[in-house]
Amino acid sequence: MPTELIFIVQQVANGLLLGFYYLLIALGLSIIFSLGGIVNLAHGAFYAIGAYLIVFLSDSLGYGLAFVVSPVAVGVLGMLVERFFFRRFYRADPTLSLLFTFALSMVIEQALRMIFGASPLSFSIPEFAHGQVIVGDFFYPVYRIGMLFVAIAAVAGTWLLLNRTAFGKIVKAGINDPDMVRAMGISLNPVMTAVCGLGIGLAGLSGVLLAPITGVQPAMGQEILTAAFVVVVIGGLGSFWGVVVAAMLVGVIRGLTSYFYPPASEASLYLLMLLILVLRPRGLLGEKFERLE
Amino acid sequence: MTDEKSSASSPRRRLLLQGSAAFAAGLAVPGFARAQDGGPIRIGHLTPRTGFLGPMGEYAVLGATMAVEEVNAAGGVLGRKFELLTEDSVNPQTASTKAQRMVERDKVDALVGEISSASGLAIAQVAARAKTLFLQTGCNSDELRGKNCSRYMFHLEACNTMYVRTIGQALLRDGMVKGKRWMAFTADYAFGHDLFKQTKKFMDENGAVFVSNDMLPTDATEFSASLLKIRQQKPDLVMSNLAGNQTTNFTKQYNEFNIDIPFAGADMNMTSIWGAGKNGFSGVWPIIWTHQVQAPSAKEFVARFQKRWKKLPENQAVNDYLAIKILAEAMARTKSVEVDKIIAFLEGDNSFDVLRGRPGYFRPWDHQMVYEMYTVQPSEDKNAGKDDFMVTSKPVPAADQSLEVLAPTQEENMCKFA
Repeated sequence: MPTELIFIVQQVANGLLLGFYYLLIALGLSIIFSLGGIVNLAHGAFYAIGAYLIVFLSDSLGYGLAFVVSPVAVGVLGMLVERFFFRRFYRADPTLSLLFTFALSMVIEQALRMIFGASPLSFSIPEFAHGQVIVGDFFYPVYRIGMLFVAIAAVAGTWLLLNRTAFGKIVKAGINDPDMVRAMGISLNPVMTAVCGLGIGLAGLSGVLLAPITGVQPAMGQEILTAAFVVVVIGGLGSFWGVVVAAMLVGVIRGLTSYFYPPASEASLYLLMLLILVLRPRGLLGEKFERLE
Repeated sequence: MTDEKSSASSPRRRLLLQGSAAFAAGLAVPGFARAQDGGPIRIGHLTPRTGFLGPMGEYAVLGATMAVEEVNAAGGVLGRKFELLTEDSVNPQTASTKAQRMVERDKVDALVGEISSASGLAIAQVAARAKTLFLQTGCNSDELRGKNCSRYMFHLEACNTMYVRTIGQALLRDGMVKGKRWMAFTADYAFGHDLFKQTKKFMDENGAVFVSNDMLPTDATEFSASLLKIRQQKPDLVMSNLAGNQTTNFTKQYNEFNIDIPFAGADMNMTSIWGAGKNGFSGVWPIIWTHQVQAPSAKEFVARFQKRWKKLPENQAVNDYLAIKILAEAMARTKSVEVDKIIAFLEGDNSFDVLRGRPGYFRPWDHQMVYEMYTVQPSEDKNAGKDDFMVTSKPVPAADQSLEVLAPTQEENMCKFA
């Protein structure tokens, strides 16, 4: 293969890997919206909490235990937020939940700033995950490959839960026709609590995974949230596979722009979103949404 | 007026008028006194508290607050206390509005602070119009001391050329410049562009071979694509002109990708080094000050700062601290808060303890403070503590060189005070 082509293939592969990180955070955003109709603007803030938790807990619990405890703790926090706040907004004007989650994100960000300071906290890749994997011309850090497997496992687990379990059937039925589900005598409240716990826990997991790579600082949630929204919008709100395809697409486009024209690497996401919205307003695999159309 | 006079003839109305006049006088008298003597000397402090420069702004506030506390604990200046009004400068527009409000409404005696060169320029314009002193503590752009220089603005922060020459001396010493192929990564805004220009000038003059420069958006946090590109191009040296959180993340990821190509850059802050952490910090960098500086006054400052804030000071805290201490010294020695007298004092043959080995001073023709700088790189000592995983070099320039060798000359960066 000519060298230039190898470079491009490397960037594409790197983009696909990046896509999984986007996917992890966008997926939670998408399922909370599908079932509850809530556009969770605080999703990035929960991602930041996940990152701060692993930094904070690693000292006392050790990396391994902190890695498990942190996302679960964020998930539990998500369930509490659902139980006491989100629940009030399911049947309300969507503007209210937008305002609420926006406010919540600011409260969380400022609270992190007050407790931990504005400076990025230092946090490094654990010793056991140092090193690189080299296959022919391809080269990649061990930690990122580990991240990839964790992300794939989390995404696959979510898919199985939603498609192969009784719980998933109720969730799907709840999305299609909440009133009928209620008429069947099934309460959607605990289902919503679980879904928010799952979605927000996934955001916490992304924070845990990315903490050693990007800076752990109070505004980190905002930075990733925008990218996550772009993924959800491109994929189509509420579509599992749409989000998967969009995350990969965004990762690859961003990777290639970083290679060929770096100043546009962040802008490329928005150009892609603009293009998709013009050509296919509901997103790549989005279904027609009564709430929106 | 005639109307009021006639209505004042009614007894009740007169009483009301007298009452309000007395009330107004009661308010006005202390206000008058405040402006003359006894009341506090007000300092308007503006610095970014949010956004990618926020971490440094936080330290700026700690440094400034501590300086004011020390000045007041020593009985203030001219029998008056210092009062610090500190606000988030956000962006150039907001910085300009807030500076204006501080000057006009709060009647501040001086403006101090800022980190962004763009916001610094906006504040400098307000200060010049209002003939108010502005001690800037974090803006690096050379143009601020050259084309955009102002008689009312003094620079506690080193300019880009000073940073580039500091790291340049280290690179020349290590044989990393002549004939070496180098790649650059630059923050895509005014500061980065200016820094890249100065870096490229230095590298070209010293015979380095330029490969490429990538402008990276300031909100980018993930740099794997750039790092793969470095591995593909295999240059001899990678130079960073990145800023704020970008530097932290790029440095960390450079280490993560285990790239064995020498890495350096022309701007570094302790917040970025601490943020990158022991296993993430790499490269060799210029810096204006660190807590490892071996000077008696620096060590005392570190101890005081740690006692007050329960953490180590970093370079931005030092600049804002020094600005206020120098201002207090200038007011005390000139026995005045008049801007012209203070400017004359700062431009005069006076040097200041700047928490380094040698005292620093302002150059009269461009108001740039010249002082010792340093380079910083990871420590070889694997058991170094969490605060000392980096080592600070001896001062640059060396003890036998003039402090002015780093800063641009009058020909290189012309400044004409209007």
